[in-house]
Amino acid sequence: MARIFIDNTPYEVKEGKNLLEACLQLGLDLPYFCWHPSLGSVGACRQCAIKSFKDEDDKKGRIVMSCMEPVRDNMRISVNDSEATSFREHVIGWLMTNHPHDCAVCDEGGSCHLQDMTVMTGHSYRDYRFTKRTYHNQDLGPFLNHEMNRCIQCYRCVRFYKDYAGGKDLNVFAAHNHVYFGRQQNGTLESEFSGNLAEVCPTGVFTDKTLKSHYTRKWDMTYAPSVCQGCSLGCNISAGERYGSLRQIVNRYNGEVNGYFLCDRGRYGYEFVNSSQRIVHPAIRPHHNGSASREYIIGEVAARLKNGKAIGIGSPRASLESNFTLRQLVGAEHFYLGMSDTDHDHTSLALKILHGGPVRTPSLHEAETADMVLILGEDLTNTAPMLALAVRQAVRQVPMNEAMQQVHLAAWQDAAVREAMQEAKGPLFILHTFPTSLDELATGIHRDAPDNLARIAFAISRALGAPVNGSLELGETEQALVNDITAALKAAKRPLIIAGYGTGCDHMMKAAANISWALLQGGGQPMLSLTLPECNSLGLEMLGGHRFDSALAALKNGEADTLVVLENDLYRRADKHVIDELFSYAKDVILVDHLYNQTAENATVLLPAGTFAEADGTIVNNEGRAQRYYQVYVPKGEVQESWKWFLQIGEKAGVQRLHGLHNLDDVVWAMTTAIPALAPIAKLAPNADFRMAGQKIPREPHRYSGRTAMLANESVNEPRPPEDEDTPLSFTMEGYRGEAPAPLIPFFWAPGWNSPQAVNKFQSEIGGHLHGGDPGKRLLEPHVNGSIPFFTEVPQPYLSMPGHLHVMPLYSIFGSEELSMYTKGIAQRAQDFFVIYMNPEDIDEWNITPGIWVNFHIEGHAYLMVAVPNHWLPRGIAAMNAGLPKSQIIDLPQCIRFSGSEVTSTF
Amino acid sequence: MLTTSEKEQIEKEIRQVPVKKAACIEALKIVQEHRRWVSDEGIRDVADILEMSPEEVDSVATFYNLIFRQPVGRHIILLCDSISCYVMGYPALHRQLVQLLGIQYGQTTPDGRFTLLPNPCLGTCDHAPALMVDHDLYRDLAPAELESVLAKYT
Amino acid sequence: MERPLTQHITFPPLGLRQYEAVGGYQAARKAIRHMEPKDVTALVKEANMRGRGGAGFSTGMKWSFVPMDMPGPKYLICNADEMEPGTFKDRWLLEGNPHQLIEGMIVSAYAIQATESFVFLRWAYKTAAEEIRKAIAEAYDAGYLGKNILGTDYSLEMHLHTGVGRYMCGEETALLNSLEGKRATPRAKPPFPHVSGLFGRPTIVNNVETLSYIPHIVNHGAAWFQSLSRTADGGTKIYGVSGRVNKPGAWELPMGVTMRELIEEHAGGMQNGYRFRGVLPGGASTDFLVEEHMDVKMDFTGVAAAGSRLGTGTMVVLDDHTCPVGFVHNLERFFAQESCGFCTPCREGLPWTEKLLWALELGEGKEEDLAVLAAHATLLGPGNTFCALAPGAMEPLQSALKYFRDDFEQHIRQKKCPYHS
Ligand SMILES: Cc1cc2nc3c(=O)[nH]c(=O)nc-3n(C[C@H](O)[C@H](O)[C@H](O)COP(=O)(O)O)c2cc1C
Ligand code: SF4
Ligand code: FES
Repeated sequence: MARIFIDNTPYEVKEGKNLLEACLQLGLDLPYFCWHPSLGSVGACRQCAIKSFKDEDDKKGRIVMSCMEPVRDNMRISVNDSEATSFREHVIGWLMTNHPHDCAVCDEGGSCHLQDMTVMTGHSYRDYRFTKRTYHNQDLGPFLNHEMNRCIQCYRCVRFYKDYAGGKDLNVFAAHNHVYFGRQQNGTLESEFSGNLAEVCPTGVFTDKTLKSHYTRKWDMTYAPSVCQGCSLGCNISAGERYGSLRQIVNRYNGEVNGYFLCDRGRYGYEFVNSSQRIVHPAIRPHHNGSASREYIIGEVAARLKNGKAIGIGSPRASLESNFTLRQLVGAEHFYLGMSDTDHDHTSLALKILHGGPVRTPSLHEAETADMVLILGEDLTNTAPMLALAVRQAVRQVPMNEAMQQVHLAAWQDAAVREAMQEAKGPLFILHTFPTSLDELATGIHRDAPDNLARIAFAISRALGAPVNGSLELGETEQALVNDITAALKAAKRPLIIAGYGTGCDHMMKAAANISWALLQGGGQPMLSLTLPECNSLGLEMLGGHRFDSALAALKNGEADTLVVLENDLYRRADKHVIDELFSYAKDVILVDHLYNQTAENATVLLPAGTFAEADGTIVNNEGRAQRYYQVYVPKGEVQESWKWFLQIGEKAGVQRLHGLHNLDDVVWAMTTAIPALAPIAKLAPNADFRMAGQKIPREPHRYSGRTAMLANESVNEPRPPEDEDTPLSFTMEGYRGEAPAPLIPFFWAPGWNSPQAVNKFQSEIGGHLHGGDPGKRLLEPHVNGSIPFFTEVPQPYLSMPGHLHVMPLYSIFGSEELSMYTKGIAQRAQDFFVIYMNPEDIDEWNITPGIWVNFHIEGHAYLMVAVPNHWLPRGIAAMNAGLPKSQIIDLPQCIRFSGSEVTSTF
Repeated sequence: MLTTSEKEQIEKEIRQVPVKKAACIEALKIVQEHRRWVSDEGIRDVADILEMSPEEVDSVATFYNLIFRQPVGRHIILLCDSISCYVMGYPALHRQLVQLLGIQYGQTTPDGRFTLLPNPCLGTCDHAPALMVDHDLYRDLAPAELESVLAKYT
Repeated sequence: MERPLTQHITFPPLGLRQYEAVGGYQAARKAIRHMEPKDVTALVKEANMRGRGGAGFSTGMKWSFVPMDMPGPKYLICNADEMEPGTFKDRWLLEGNPHQLIEGMIVSAYAIQATESFVFLRWAYKTAAEEIRKAIAEAYDAGYLGKNILGTDYSLEMHLHTGVGRYMCGEETALLNSLEGKRATPRAKPPFPHVSGLFGRPTIVNNVETLSYIPHIVNHGAAWFQSLSRTADGGTKIYGVSGRVNKPGAWELPMGVTMRELIEEHAGGMQNGYRFRGVLPGGASTDFLVEEHMDVKMDFTGVAAAGSRLGTGTMVVLDDHTCPVGFVHNLERFFAQESCGFCTPCREGLPWTEKLLWALELGEGKEEDLAVLAAHATLLGPGNTFCALAPGAMEPLQSALKYFRDDFEQHIRQKKCPYHS
């Protein structure tokens, strides 16, 4: 700690930080633009000027940029000095010479950092009397608007996009007061993290295009703290609603998880909530299609459950609460995991490794601090996007620390550190069948069939001391790679090993576990991160249930005749013919879900379920971190949380297991009691009766406007605002105005700080944890005592079978996830579903003409696809874009047989 | 596409520097020498050989005033408009050039012969006013001499 | 009077053999064969050689900051970007005696144990480029450059880089970015280039004139260097005068000659019909000096005491037929145009002053404009902006407001430029 004097008052602050951070940390309001806690300082905007004095006798002092000055013991500075305040005001004056006065029509208005800083500096009078320069704007694709006239040249956009996220197609052009930020030509921004520009940009140059299509100001939005459902990482989000539709997703800072950023799937994948395909009314087919009352339906379902032999199918994209209540409704012995068997195999393996193994799985933030990374069979950008962003920061660790020591720099001196490091990168090795976008950072990459890659990984683990059976003869290059990676792993202080579901090959995760365990055994401090298919895969697995394929067996052999399906399109869980058969055996299919899909077409009873935006619930991310998301608004129609449907049905049917459960707290209590592994969830967030100063926490900013008038076209009476019985949040603007506990913060807003940058007022250290700790509770901690359960079986080398193809899934951030594909912009960026990528030699050998329809056979079922040659695929291995709507081949990897030359030239 | 000789020259520059990107300005100069200006295609060509994105290359190209991102004439007139030449009467040279060529700063004569550009101090202030045509420096110029200077360039 | 820097300047310049015949490359031999690197640095420090690029920082001191034990390459760079309006001294040295510069670079590179060196030459210096290229090739052939120079284990590569415009390239850290193939925006200091410079390696940047002096200091010693000067700042200096004087030109003279000597003797006084009003003593980014400063000694300390800077030592004379407002407008337009666009005050402030000055020239000036101009002169001062470009740009403006205030006011009162009828 250092003692510094700010305007003659002594303060204790952390040494090594810069003065701007120190001042913000102390709660002082000091304006800035170009500095960003994750991007560091470059000193471009000159907005954070303060006075610095040599010593007590120095009365004159000199202006310095607080973001560029390290904290030193005994230093004397002034924030309030008149020369400094006047300079800060002039900086705004300069920025305003060209900034349009268009706040009224600007999407940023009301949550604009530039507005905040303008007010903060007191700049209000325009001295400049000349015309403003203007720019042409660009079409940057479906996610972002571009309005260059509003640019204040802080360089944050390029620094985030290029330097932080590794994007290539955004830059700064020209010089002097003509600098321009954009692409070389019109076109979609390619980075998967482009949406962050809307938050990183302190003004309205880059704004959210999906928000624009149903624009609402920040102060008019109803928000709730929420958790992204886009992948297994569980980034924290704030979701905003107005007039019954979800308008926007913004980052919700969590120091342990996503920090300041989100990926584009997470930010933009929300439009399904507003889809015209939503199920809003309960229906019983064939009699009451969309017109039955809630009471009638509940009675009807209760009766059918009583009379039939019901089984429940849970969902990895539904909350623990919904899955648990379904499990209680049908009984644990009749509860099936609603994930494909491949996904289940992976998730259960992951759980076994994380729970039964001795190595800790890191949070996203911890992953950033790794000094060596080994990725096994995963294209992170497409399966766990924010982890890819974390790896981008991790590979900087080694050269950055070196540079910092040699040149005596602090990490926040961003430009200087980057210069000193040059292109140097820390060790990163990637073993994957396909190219990945992190390859450009890698020290070494190796491409082969998954089994062969796993053999390399097993060999590494053996070299590190893992007991592995069987022969591991490797080629010369492979053996050299094993040696390199082993050496790098040994040399690293905090190596991170990543594997997951990317190749569909189990051995990859086993080998990853072996490697990390062997390292630990050797005295290292490894981290092990495993990606999982969906936002609550791990939660569902912890809850437990039967395999999906046994559901079909249960129906077939008459053990069951009624299906209760929770938030699940079963056609995404197994190939079409399997699900068709499943439904053919079911007397009743009761579906509780959001959207009309193929499964809904087969349902006899439809119950409209709340999406994440209309529901409270808990999900568990790949780190084993349970996180609560809250209902944003009360939906129209009969939509309600799935768990509420089950409680109501259970009550009607007199199900003892659900007796006495009425609200969220009840369900959480019952669940944590029934399943001890989930116990920490009880303390995840305050209960519904929690009050601050006797009040609830408002979901609406207190400047929320038009409440008395917004429904005037429907009624002249102002309707009573809905009550929230499940949480301490209210659906109104009234309530406690101070800071809420971290898990309950609907939006970041503080006096004078209307933009998302207000978050600095909520952190116990700038860029660190939120006050009182970041939201979420880890359910899995490494199991330390006992012997290490190494995986000893080595896979056989891959042998391509003549006439067969091993088809692997190719995941894509845009396309592979079910719900986000309802967002037009995301669908626009997705791939074709009927393409099969093949090695060109296979294509030749099989005498296929690339680009035309070809028939393939899987277990007697024919599929039409177009073969596209791909040079990086090994012989005998093919790949298909996974998870796309209309795909018929679901459970990848699979073995496909080519059935001769049945080629139809047109479709 | 880069010509063989452009490629050879650029590759030679690449060998001189520790990272490919560092040859960016040299590569732009080479392309400009061959094609007189750097088109969008030129930017992509440089980007390809240096393994950069077009954005990265154009960011550099558009920063420097002597990389031409628009077509220029066969000859470039750089008229010094800085202080010593100002004192010594460059505005008169400028007026005369505008009249002789019928173009303003930044423009090219319709026959593609000349492009007229202002340029900061040419470092020959004791012989102001001065201008350059292509690689040739003209000093102590009087407006009346301009016609014969321009006549040398076809 | 000794003129070590310019005595062997010829056009075309001396070739390698001729240069050797007048004592060339003796300093290189002496330094590399018989001196320790640190002794070369100590000698230059002792000579009190102050950099001729404009800032006047002690050259030996700068070299002594290089972390000599840091492994990996180090670089020496000659700043031959000379784009400061009114400055034309380096061109003389570059075109007239390239071997002297190259020898200076070899000795300096040896002192900091650089393995590679660059001449960063501005685009417009075509003749200089030819001569330097030729001279470097000759030096390689003669074994003064390349591997194992003069049979020792010291090796040095030298490259010529020609720029593609932009005044910013002269700022040493922007120059580094440009040499790395990037946009020429400046870098924050610290870290200074001597620790993290070109490609993140220790790098020394020196001006052409500074480096050209080094062989002479090595040959003749620190005391000799001191003795050349009339003042405490050692050596001779290349001074130049441009504007409406009878004999504009550049001359090598003892450090500390007076302004009067320069203008009246060497430059032959004002042209007939023109009266002296003021002068920028060292290029476009220095404060005006006026009649009362005629006897100021032109060295770093003397000019600073008079309220300006020696800068590059090449002065531009303002005469009574030239409008001071137009004069300053010309300068500010230059600076606004050459701002790199990185920091706010410079990027937005300079065009503002340029527009105000132009409005004054057009007769559209307003009373309050002078206050805005004056405010900018302080607001864009040192420390407030990212690099020294904008503070430099404000020097002529602030001093013009002081010495020629009446001219500014007349523009406003008469609603026109009084110098244009
Ligand atoms: C905007 C700007 C332009 C400059 N241009 C030049 C230049 O053209 N030549 C030069 O030698 N120094 C120039 N300098 C000074 C250099 O930054 C640096 O101080 C100098 O090259 C150091 O050399 P010296 O120590 O030999 O004086 C410039 C500085 C600034 C701020
Ligand atoms: S990484 Fe996953 S959880 Fe995070 S924002 Fe992207 S899609 Fe959502
Ligand atoms: S925030 Fe400090 S200069 Fe921009």
